[in-house]
Amino acid sequence: MTAVAQHTSTGLDNRKLGFWMFIGSECLLFGSLISTYLVYHGRSVSGPTPDEILNIPLTSVSTFVLLMSSLAMVLALAAVTRGDRLWTRVWLLATAGLGLTFLGMQAYEFTTFVHEGLTIKTNLFGSTFFVLTGTHGAHVAVGVLWLLTQFVRSLQGKLGPEKAINVEITGLYWHFVDVVWIVIFTVVYLLR
Amino acid sequence: MTTPVMGHAPTRASWGSRVWSWVTTTDHKRIGVLYFVTAFSFFLIGGLEALLIRLQLSHSGNTLVSAQTYNELFTMHGTTMVFLAVMPLSAAFFNYVVPLQIGARDVAFPRLNAFSYWVFVLGGLFLNASFLVGAAPNAGWFGYANLTSSQYSPGLHIDFWVIGLQVLGIASIAAGINFIVTIVNLRAPGMRLMRMPVFTWMTLVTQFIIVTAFPVITVALVFLMFDRFFGANFYSVAAGGDVLLWQHLFWLFGHPEVYILILPAMGMISEVIPTFSRKPLFGYAVVVYSGMLIGVLGWGVWAHHMFAVGLGPIAESVFSATTMLIAIPTGVKIFNWIATMWGGRIRFTTSMLFAVGFIAMFIVGGLSGVMHSSPPADLQQTDTYFVVAHFHYVLFGGAMMGIFAGIYYWWPKVTGRLLSEGIGKTHFWLTFVGANLAFFPMHFIGLLGMPRRIYTYDPALGLDTLNLVSTIGAFIMGTGMLVFVFNAIWSRKRGVPAGDNPWGAATLEWAVSSPPPVYNFSVIPEVRSRIPIWVENGMTPVPAVPPEPVHVPPGSYWPLVAATGIIIAAVGAILKTLLVVLGGGAVLVVAIYAWALEPFEI
Amino acid sequence: MALLLAAVAVAVAACSGGFPQSTLRPTADFSREIDTLYRTIFWWALGVFVLVESALLFVILRYRERPDSGEPKHVHGSTLLEVAWTLAPAVVLVFIAVPTIRMIFRTEGTAPEGALAVEVVGHQWWWEFKYPELGITTANEMHVVQGRPVGLTMTSKDVIHSFWVPKLGGKRDVMPGRTTRIAFTPDSVGVVYGQCAEFCGDSHANMRFRVVVDSPEDFPRWVAAQQAPPAPVDSTAARVQAGAQVFMTKGCIACHTIAGRSAGVIGPNLTHLASRTTIAAGILPNDAEGLARWLRNPPGEKPGSLMPKIPFTDDELAALVTYLQTLH
Repeated sequence: MTAVAQHTSTGLDNRKLGFWMFIGSECLLFGSLISTYLVYHGRSVSGPTPDEILNIPLTSVSTFVLLMSSLAMVLALAAVTRGDRLWTRVWLLATAGLGLTFLGMQAYEFTTFVHEGLTIKTNLFGSTFFVLTGTHGAHVAVGVLWLLTQFVRSLQGKLGPEKAINVEITGLYWHFVDVVWIVIFTVVYLLR
Repeated sequence: MTTPVMGHAPTRASWGSRVWSWVTTTDHKRIGVLYFVTAFSFFLIGGLEALLIRLQLSHSGNTLVSAQTYNELFTMHGTTMVFLAVMPLSAAFFNYVVPLQIGARDVAFPRLNAFSYWVFVLGGLFLNASFLVGAAPNAGWFGYANLTSSQYSPGLHIDFWVIGLQVLGIASIAAGINFIVTIVNLRAPGMRLMRMPVFTWMTLVTQFIIVTAFPVITVALVFLMFDRFFGANFYSVAAGGDVLLWQHLFWLFGHPEVYILILPAMGMISEVIPTFSRKPLFGYAVVVYSGMLIGVLGWGVWAHHMFAVGLGPIAESVFSATTMLIAIPTGVKIFNWIATMWGGRIRFTTSMLFAVGFIAMFIVGGLSGVMHSSPPADLQQTDTYFVVAHFHYVLFGGAMMGIFAGIYYWWPKVTGRLLSEGIGKTHFWLTFVGANLAFFPMHFIGLLGMPRRIYTYDPALGLDTLNLVSTIGAFIMGTGMLVFVFNAIWSRKRGVPAGDNPWGAATLEWAVSSPPPVYNFSVIPEVRSRIPIWVENGMTPVPAVPPEPVHVPPGSYWPLVAATGIIIAAVGAILKTLLVVLGGGAVLVVAIYAWALEPFEI
Repeated sequence: MALLLAAVAVAVAACSGGFPQSTLRPTADFSREIDTLYRTIFWWALGVFVLVESALLFVILRYRERPDSGEPKHVHGSTLLEVAWTLAPAVVLVFIAVPTIRMIFRTEGTAPEGALAVEVVGHQWWWEFKYPELGITTANEMHVVQGRPVGLTMTSKDVIHSFWVPKLGGKRDVMPGRTTRIAFTPDSVGVVYGQCAEFCGDSHANMRFRVVVDSPEDFPRWVAAQQAPPAPVDSTAARVQAGAQVFMTKGCIACHTIAGRSAGVIGPNLTHLASRTTIAAGILPNDAEGLARWLRNPPGEKPGSLMPKIPFTDDELAALVTYLQTLH
C-alpha cells in the first residue's frame, strides 16, 4: 500500500473511499444471497429442514466469538494509532484467532450437517444455506489472512502509527463481515 | 514510445523494452489505448458473428450454418457486443479522458486500473477460446434457467459462459471502484462536482451502477455454477426451485446494465455537440440530474423484461409505470441536446455527424421502448424481431454511434493527428444508412410474426424479402467498419497534426498537448468554470514545461500476474481440475502480496 | 429521402395480406384489444417522432455554419423549457398508461365460465394439447370454436417455452414447475399459425404449431373423431398391416401413444395423427412425402431431436407411412 497521504478533493483517503465502495458492492452480493435464502425458505421438497438440523446454541456461541473479534479489532486499531507495538500485535492476533475459532466452529457445523444428511445437493435449504454461509466463511478466511499479514508486518516493525489507515481498512472489512453475519444469523437461525 | 519527462529527449528504445513498457504500464492513457484496441477487435469479431447470422437469415430455409452453430453465433454476438465491445470501448474513454477532464495526473489506483484491463483481455480470450474447442456458449447472452442446467445444456458451452462472465465481472467492479474514487477525490482545485464535464458525470453514474449491479449477476452465475458443478438446486424444478429466480436476478443486473451501455455514449455526445455548436450545453444541471435519475430509476424497471411470464396484473402495472417514467429523463436529455444546437454555429465534422446520428436513431429506439413499456402490447412484441429492432436502435444507433462520435472527437488528443474527414464522412454515411436498412425492417419482421433467436424460418411467413433487406443493411454497416479501420491506419501517417485543441473545445483535456505529456499537466490548473477554455479566467494557465520535476509512477507487472492467476483458476475450473484452480489461486495470492508490498507512489 | 421511401414501401408491404403469423390482423378478442392499444401507442409515438426529428432536422439545417455566421450567444438553460418538456412527455405517457393498465387487468388470463379448457404442455420441441373435459390428447394442432371463449392452462415438461399465436393474442411463457394462463375468444373460422417464442435449445426454431378455429357445427365432429378409438388396422391392406408391425416392433411404442396399442408419453400422441395438417411441430406437411422425410432422419430435420434415426428399409418406411396415414 502506498505510504503517501495525498491531497484529495473530499479529504478522505483514496483507499478508504475505495474500500467503502467495495463494501457497497459486497452489500449487493450478500443482499442477493440472503434474498434468495428468504425466497426459498420453506420450499424444500424433501430433506432436513432448518428446524430439524440447526444448532442454535452452538451458533450463538460462534456468533459471540465473532462479535468479540470485532471488539479485538477496535482495540487493535486503537493500539496502532497510539503506536503501542505490543498491544497492536496482541489484538491483531486475538482478532485473527477469534476469527479462526469462528471458522472452526463453522467447519464443525458443516461436517455435522453432512453427516446428518444435509449437503449442497440435498434440497433447497442445503443449497441456499451452504452457499450463503460458505460465501460468508470465505470472506472471514480472507480477513483472517489479512489480519495475520498485518500481524507479521507489525512483528517486522513496519506497522507504525503512520500505517494506521491500513489497519483501519482491515477493520472496516472485518466489521462489515461481522455485520453480515449478524444478518445471516438472524435470518437463518433465529427467524425460522 | 517514450515521451519527454523532466526535459530529457526521448530515445528509441528496443522493441522488447517497448513491449515490456506496455505490458507493465500503469498510465491511464496507455491503458485507455489498450482497452480501445482490444475492445474494437472484439467489436469486429462480434460484427462477423452478426454478418453470419444475417447471411443465414437472408432467406428462409437457409442451411449456411447448422442450428447448433447458429445458437452459438447469436449467443456470442450478444455476449461479445455487451461485455467485450461496448463496455470496454466506454472504458477506453473513461481511462483516457476522465483524468484529463478533471485535472488529475492519473486514476486513484493505477495498478488496479491495469489489473482491470488484463482481466478483461484474458477473460475475453477465455470466452472466445470456447470456439476452439467447439463449445461456444449457446443459450443466449441472457442464459435462462433451466435451459442452462447440466441436464439441458450438457458439455462445456455454458461452463465457459458462467466462468468467463464472472471473470469479466471482476474487471468491471474493480474499475468501477477505481473511477468513483478518482472522480470524487482527484479533481483539480475549483473543479466542483457541478463544474465537471458531462462525460465525467455520466462516467461517475455508470460506475455506481456497475459497482451495484455486477454483484447481482455474480450471485446468479454462482448459483448456476454450483448447480452445474456441484449438483446444487438453485434452479432445479424437481427440488422445488423456481426458474424465475434466474430471470429476476439476471434482469436486476441486466436492466441497469443497459444504462451502463448507454450513459457513457450520452456523456460523449454531451461534449461533442456543444463543441461543434460553439455553445455550452443547454441545461447542464438538468442533463446531469437526468443521468443520475436514470441511474437510480433503472433499478426499478427490471421486470419489464418479464412481461410474458405471468407476473400478475399488479406487478405488471407497477413495472409498466416505472418503465414509462424512465422515458422522461431520457427525453429531457434529447431536448437539451437539440436546444444546445439551437442558435449555434454547427460544424459538421464526422464526430458531429455521429452525434446527430445518435440522436436521430436513439429517438426511434426510445419510442419503440415506450411501445414495449405497455405489457399487453409487449406481449406481441417481446421475444420477436421487434425488440431486436428496439435494442439495436438504442445500442447500435445509440451507444455505438455515440462511441464513434467520441472516437473522432478524441482521436487527435490521443494520437496527435486528426482522422480524415473525407474518409470519416464515408464511414458515417455507410454506417447510418446500413444501420437503418438493417434494423428498421426488423420492426416489421417482428410485428409480422418472426420470433427471435431462430436459425431458420418458414417461407410461408412471407418474411424473406424483409430479411434480405436487413442482411444487405448489415453488410453495408460492415463495409463502413472497414472504412473506419482504413481511416485509423491512414491517420497514423497521413493525418493532419492536431495541436492542443483542434476543435476549439472548452474542457481541460484540450488545454494540454496532443498527445498529452505522460504526467498530463505540468502544473495542475485551478478551475473556475464549467467551460474553462472558453471563459475569460476560466482556468489558470498550464505551462508547456513543468517548473519542477513531476514524479511519474513506475510500471508494474503484478497486475498482469494477478490477472493471469485468475485465468489459470478459470481454466482449472473448465477442466474440472482442482489442482489447477488452486494453482491459479496461489499465483493470485502471491501477486496480491507482491503488489501490496512493492514500492509504488502515484 | 431514400430511406423514407424505403420505409413507406416496407410499411405498405407489411400492412397487406399474406402474413399468417402477423400481429396486425387480429382474429380474436385478445389480439384485437392489443391491436387497438398498440395503434393508440403507435400514433402517439409517430407524433412524437415527427415532432422531435423535425426539430432536430430544423436545427441542423438552420444553424449550420455559414461564412457569415457570427459567434453564437452562450445560453445556459431555461427553467420554463425544462418544465415544459418534462411535463409534455409525462402527459403523453398518461394517455398511454391509462388504457394500458386497464387492459392489463382485462386480459390477465382468467377464462370466463363455460370456456373451452385446454391444457398446454411444452416439450422440447413440440406442443402437447389436452382437453381434460373431453378426454382428448393431441399434439401440435389445437382446435377451438369460433365465438366460444378458450382458457389455456400451460406448463412445461422441460425448459421454458412460450406459447404464441399472434393472430389470437399475446404470448405467454410456458415454464416447468409453474402454470400460466391465456384466455381468448376467436372470432373467425380458419387455421392460424403459432410458434414457440422463448429460446429453448437446438430446435427452438422448429417448435411451431397450428390452431384450427372450427365453426360451432364442425367442432363437435372433430371432438367425436378425436374421442373415437384409432382406426382399426385394415386386415385386407397388406401395407397397412406391415406398417402397424413396424410401429409395434421398431421402438416407436417406447415414446408414442396410439390409444389401445401403445402407451409411450415421451413423444406426441399419434392416435389421430392423420387428422392434423402438419407434423413434427409444424415444420413438415402431413403427407406421404413429409412423413417419409421425417421418419427417415428426425435429427436431420429437427436438430437435437430426441427421436432417434431408426434404420428402416425402404419397404418398412413406406409401410409405416401408409399405416400412419390411416390414423384419422
